[in-house]
Amino acid sequence: MSDTEFEGIVATPWSGGASPFGINSKKLGMWLFIVSDTLTFSALLVSYAYVRLATPDWPRPFEIWPAIAKSSLMTFVLLSSSLTMVLAVAAAHRHNVKKSVRYLILTMICGAAFVLIHATEWVTLFHEGVTPWSNPWGVPLFGGTFFGLTGLHMLHVTIGVVYLGIICAGYNKGKWTADHVEVSGLYWHFVDLVWMFIFPLVYLLSVNPK
Amino acid sequence: MTGTSDSMTEPAYMRTEAVDDHQVGSTKLFAWIWAWLLLLTALEVFLAYERVEVHIMITILLGLSLIKSALIMSYFMHLRFERLGLFLILVPAMVFCICMMLIMFYPDSIRLMDMRPH
Repeated sequence: MSDTEFEGIVATPWSGGASPFGINSKKLGMWLFIVSDTLTFSALLVSYAYVRLATPDWPRPFEIWPAIAKSSLMTFVLLSSSLTMVLAVAAAHRHNVKKSVRYLILTMICGAAFVLIHATEWVTLFHEGVTPWSNPWGVPLFGGTFFGLTGLHMLHVTIGVVYLGIICAGYNKGKWTADHVEVSGLYWHFVDLVWMFIFPLVYLLSVNPK
Repeated sequence: MTGTSDSMTEPAYMRTEAVDDHQVGSTKLFAWIWAWLLLLTALEVFLAYERVEVHIMITILLGLSLIKSALIMSYFMHLRFERLGLFLILVPAMVFCICMMLIMFYPDSIRLMDMRPH
């Protein structure tokens, strides 16, 4: 295909053509998934915010230690994992496979640390008698929304760690390209982005003010 | 948004040469974004202990989180360096849908909150 022919196809983003957005289809697919997942989380967060504002005596059980300290640490870990992820993608685009794989492994370690700290946080709450159906402070929806939101997010992080592991191994072997690393990065940053809403809405709105 | 004729001569998936800093962002830039995200998080934690009515608090926290998500999407998720067309097909409709959810639920929850006996 000659250059002039090709320029005709992709003349402007608005005229359609072979690649109107200038990205590969994997990346567009991931973006479309992210949009739909954003709406899933938005619906959950908005309905949570609704009951949070409308319910009198919503429990505020989270003390500085362990809940707020742990969730702040989790935010730090997840944000740092986003930084290492973005560096992994940048290294992959510069064809530095070794560096990219190292950053990917760091990202996975941070993701696994997030899940582990979150799990200890859950165990503490179980011991206090909080379940998705009941809790010692009255409003049963507290447990339902807490475990629903954080559970779905934790599932995303867990899937993300596995996904990054598969991409990392394949990229190291030369089976996959820098594009795959970039697409997995999009998913990882999205998981981070969702936590930026869950952390203030679920944890910070229920801090114990004393 | 890079929409130059230079990048249009071949689609991105056929590109194999290394992409320069202008297109992928530098380590320093990403470190700055990370630092800002941490700072905004710290501000949120600090504000959570201020005694403010819950509907004002939720608005402030949501506003700060929106700034954070804009930073993540623009720089970490690279949207700032993509063509305008991609941004336009992804973000406005999504934001519209979220606004519709907020219009339905947000005012009513505040109404219910105000109906509580004080």
